[in-house]
Amino acid sequence: MSKIQQVNRRDFVKLIGLASGGILLGCNVSSSQKEFVPQEKGTFTPNLFIQIQKDGTITLLASRSEMGQGIRTSLASAIADEMEADWKYISLKQATGDAKYGNQNTDGSRSVRTMLLPMRKMGATAKLMLISAAAKKWNLAETDCEAKNHHIINKITGDQIFFGDLVDEAAKVEVPAQELLELKKVEDFKYIGKTLKSIDLKDFTHGTAGYGIDVRIPDMKFAAIARCPVTFGTVKSFDQKAALETIGVTEVFKLERMVPPTGKFFGALGGVAVIANNTWAAFQGKMNLDIEWNYGENKSFNSVEFQEKLKKRVHQKGKLVSGSTGNVSAAFKESNNTIEATYTVPFLVHAPMEVPNATAWFKGNEIEVWAPVQDPQTARAELAHFFEIPLENITVNVTFLGGGFGRKSKSDFVVEAVALSKKIKGPVQVVWTREDDIQHSFYHATSVQYLKGSLDVNGQVTGWLQRVGLPSIVSSFKPMSDYASGFELNQGFTNNPYNLTNFRLENVKAESHLRIGWMRSVVHIHSAFGNNSFVDELAFAAKKDPFEFYLNLIGEETMNSYLFGKN
Amino acid sequence: MNILLSINEKSYAIEAASETPLLWAIRDIVGLTGTKFGCGISQCGACSVLIDGNLIKSCGIPVSFAVGKEIFTIEGTSETLEFLREAWNEGNVPQCGYCQSGQLIAATSLLDKIHHPSDEDIDTAMSNNICRCGTYTRIKKAIHKAAALKNKSL
Repeated sequence: MSKIQQVNRRDFVKLIGLASGGILLGCNVSSSQKEFVPQEKGTFTPNLFIQIQKDGTITLLASRSEMGQGIRTSLASAIADEMEADWKYISLKQATGDAKYGNQNTDGSRSVRTMLLPMRKMGATAKLMLISAAAKKWNLAETDCEAKNHHIINKITGDQIFFGDLVDEAAKVEVPAQELLELKKVEDFKYIGKTLKSIDLKDFTHGTAGYGIDVRIPDMKFAAIARCPVTFGTVKSFDQKAALETIGVTEVFKLERMVPPTGKFFGALGGVAVIANNTWAAFQGKMNLDIEWNYGENKSFNSVEFQEKLKKRVHQKGKLVSGSTGNVSAAFKESNNTIEATYTVPFLVHAPMEVPNATAWFKGNEIEVWAPVQDPQTARAELAHFFEIPLENITVNVTFLGGGFGRKSKSDFVVEAVALSKKIKGPVQVVWTREDDIQHSFYHATSVQYLKGSLDVNGQVTGWLQRVGLPSIVSSFKPMSDYASGFELNQGFTNNPYNLTNFRLENVKAESHLRIGWMRSVVHIHSAFGNNSFVDELAFAAKKDPFEFYLNLIGEETMNSYLFGKN
Repeated sequence: MNILLSINEKSYAIEAASETPLLWAIRDIVGLTGTKFGCGISQCGACSVLIDGNLIKSCGIPVSFAVGKEIFTIEGTSETLEFLREAWNEGNVPQCGYCQSGQLIAATSLLDKIHHPSDEDIDTAMSNNICRCGTYTRIKKAIHKAAALKNKSL
């Protein structure tokens, strides 16, 4: 890449000439904010790129992880639409994990929400520059030109120039200020909001889409890790003889548990690692290990007993949660129609089709990683922390993800791969077996809820008491987090959609024993289940049609705000 | 031991323990990574291949079983598979795509045997292939479409 030709403090996009003769546009995206925020002069760093080649090819940088949600296609379509580009010329390059691309954490269903507008502006800028280039060529006003289907059209003569033929001219055009951008009207959208085919279809149907588990590097090894069957247990001793005798196994060693600092990162569980010439040999070697474990303090933990414990707790008073309103006890006293229910959710595991895996090459003062990660920047920062390598010497290549569901935002498997590579001084891929995936996940929390409700003679809900006990995700980052946190309760518990005069929410102690993580929709899994099941019970007790009862409980105002976005 | 495999009409001489599951011989030793690992116990179908035209979960059979036989994987091509690819493309079937190699191979096996599959035939034939994204309805539609394309060409 050659030098930056123009940088202007107010510029949304910057222009970079390419040695290959194409042009490259970089844009600054702050995905934590809805609007683009210009950076200060001299610190401007390109975040996302459009590259236009003379053959008309447009290469866009995909900064978010693809795991089946179609984000590579969605974001590319926003740029292409505003550019008036022909979809068939669009190709994508996946960004490595780097803060210069803006927030890359692909979770929370927010990639399109936060990036649609910046992407559209990127496309609009490129279009305007191509129009300027054509106008100059034709000696016309820009208003006499328009972009259409990968060409700039002379509105007076009807002549047209192909995008690719404008590359040299466009490279000399000054980048327009974003105030000059005119975004398309919704009714003129060609790609945005339309059903587009996945840009990766051909690879998906030919087995050529590269997932993490498909990464192959010359002379790489394959690894499996035996982790303690009790979470956070450690290796006491092990006999490696049989494992080492397994055909294809080359090395066996202990991997220390890597404990993350309070407040961030994920660490790695540790265990006994088996290095081999192929994945199956590593799996076999692992099965042939004879390990004595220190089970640690979770030795007696039993998820069924734990749920019983939570059941007892939700039948006693818990901590009052703010947002509670009215007087539930009075409502219960006044009613001669009260009902109760208890709901439980088990620990859940994500089980993506592609098991956790990562390939790493520790090269002394450099680390290169190839992995199916939802959050490559955290993976990179975590590696810098544990291996004391400068961030800029760490490359995290993001592969396709064979499903993510939140599991692959946790980079423990990446840390494992790097630790193994450091030990064997060469490239290695760690692959979890399906059993490993189920047994050692960052579980979606179990929960128990107790609900009590009261109805008046007309079948209107007069009181709603809800107690909830669920181990907090925060516990994975901060010890002693024994209650569901505010951000968790705000997913459907404190902010249920019902119109309730007397509402009381209580938080019940639920200490964590396992690695608790988030899974798609997160705490709504518990709240939506408990809330809606209980509304159904109330409707039954009120002898009313459940659907009508439900609508009535939500109320017209709230329903309209959901349906039409009115507050 | 030295093993000679024929995959997609190409010969590969490899060195592998005879009990190595075919899946790992194909992926890690031969180096064709289109066939996927999902469960390791012949339950999910991600590792589906054809051996002499028969649908097999490659994670559950030893590589020695495939010696002297013709192995067909997603990297291969056949008339049926190309019609399926066309239908997959038209119906925009895949989401994350990981299971789709196995889905396409299982569908190839079905259409090679039954030219006009009913919904029930498809359900039966495809019930051993799990898709975690849930693309089942699009898969079913695409198989009907591919069958129509194939029958039209006959």
